[in-house]
Amino acid sequence: MATVILVLGSDISTDHIYPGRYMATVLPNETPQYAFADLPVNKRLNAREIPPGCIVVAGKNFGCGSSREQAASCLKGWELRIVAKGFARIFMQNAVNLGLGLVICPEIEAHEGDELEINGSQVINRTSDRRFAITRLPEARQAIIDAGGLIPYTRQLLLQGKD
Amino acid sequence: MAMTTVEKILAHASNREQVAAGEVVEPRVDLAMSHENAALVINQFHEIYQGTGLDARVWDAEKIAIIFDHRVPAESAKTATNQKKVRDFVAKQGIRRFHDIRGDEGGICHQILPEYGYVRPGMVVVGTDSHTTTHGALGAFAFGIGATEMASVWALGRVLNVEVPGTIKVEVDGQLPAYVSAKDLILAIISRTGAEGANYKVLEFHGETIRTLPTSGRLTLCNMAVEAGATAGIVPQDEETLRYLRKEADVLEVPGSFGPEPDAVYDEVIELDAAVLSPQIAFPNTVDNVHPVEAAQGIAIQQIVIGSCTNGRLDDLEAARRILVGKKVARNVRLLVFPASFRIYAQALEQGIIADLVRAGAVVMNPGCGPCLGVHQGALADGDNALATTNRNFKGRMGNPNAEVYLCSPEVAAASALTGVITDPRKL
Repeated sequence: MATVILVLGSDISTDHIYPGRYMATVLPNETPQYAFADLPVNKRLNAREIPPGCIVVAGKNFGCGSSREQAASCLKGWELRIVAKGFARIFMQNAVNLGLGLVICPEIEAHEGDELEINGSQVINRTSDRRFAITRLPEARQAIIDAGGLIPYTRQLLLQGKD
Repeated sequence: MAMTTVEKILAHASNREQVAAGEVVEPRVDLAMSHENAALVINQFHEIYQGTGLDARVWDAEKIAIIFDHRVPAESAKTATNQKKVRDFVAKQGIRRFHDIRGDEGGICHQILPEYGYVRPGMVVVGTDSHTTTHGALGAFAFGIGATEMASVWALGRVLNVEVPGTIKVEVDGQLPAYVSAKDLILAIISRTGAEGANYKVLEFHGETIRTLPTSGRLTLCNMAVEAGATAGIVPQDEETLRYLRKEADVLEVPGSFGPEPDAVYDEVIELDAAVLSPQIAFPNTVDNVHPVEAAQGIAIQQIVIGSCTNGRLDDLEAARRILVGKKVARNVRLLVFPASFRIYAQALEQGIIADLVRAGAVVMNPGCGPCLGVHQGALADGDNALATTNRNFKGRMGNPNAEVYLCSPEVAAASALTGVITDPRKL
């Protein structure tokens, strides 16, 4: 079970998640400080008030816009999980590549403070006592998820001499 | 089954007779482009090789292009240091398609790639920038990826686990009216699809309007395909593609044809009549919040930006000059102009465009991304409205979450510069 710490609408762009003015900062261990920089939740993250595993709930097209990987690495740094009605393509690939937890849940309804339980096929909102089906991530990316991200996966391919 | 343009390109790049939407392929990459974020790619690239005992060499230095454009000249010590790190890597790996901060060969990556003939029809192009879709204008399958994905491409020379995207056919007929241009067309298309209407799909452009549209306008169209959520935009190669390659990009060898097969299967067909289009404005804070200019007339603007990978080409500057020449930018508005490359800058100098713009009151800046991504060169004050020929108007996009950004064509931007309010160029 994990707590919903933020509920957002649809079309949340990478500028909302990681504003362009922080793009000179690139390393995954430095980006988390700017996660949702223009939202109050940023202060709570930096004050370490939000434990790992907490959930951000969003509408459709989460992560639209720029290809900046900082938008995925900053959320991964806080070990947040994102439950959204849908994700933009590049953001989803970046998230899979970095091992950020994403859940596609087209009907999800939740409020801040709700407790969610996520299993293989559904999200259970324990606060409202409602269940919502999960859409599996594209299977093409499963091998990368299983390997723990694209870096270990590519390393594995290089060592196998497949390329 | 008959294939679309992108299916044909992916079949070729994956050594397959045939591929169809939904299949998974691992295509060879013909061109891998990065800008300043190459600094992060380098970090991830070395991470891949860590502990393997293998030499960290890129798969093919000739197929990598790196162009500094996002923060040029550097706005901070941090950026300058990252740029230095990239320079060192480029030298070590022997990457020759490197465009540093220079007045003879610099510019925005999405202008440099076509201008220098790096992009050809039928290529698979990946870039660590979402607007890599731009290069579909030359008949390539070009799409944005993240930095870690690029590090993997640098190591392997192919993109892993690519799901062949479905294709939406966009058929545009009719002649664009005066003061209506490619930007208005793509805004109208995004208004139809919505910001995620083309998610995971390709927009393939057809019709008389596209056939007569010069490559500069096609680059504008494909540039913003990503704002409809599309993986890529593509204009199948035709005579104009070959004219551009030969005359403007010095490409002498003519590549094979990768047009769609006659009965290619499309997910959807969108038809548009260009002849009835009026200038379009994308209101804050989403690119699909599009209305005809009539709905925006009179909105006060404090900063106008003409430029970017969307609309910073010579004909865009010329369109602005035609409206501004001999007149003055209104007192309450700042007009910033960013040519998309130094080649364009030099041409605009030679043709007197820069002089006319400056005399009208424009501030002509160095080629680069400028204020589009909110890092430097033109911050907005709290409460400011900006009107820009750029491609995004998300909250905080130009660096200040307490300011708003409206998107438009160069014609609307120039007309509005004269009045200080959003203005229909047809009514000047």
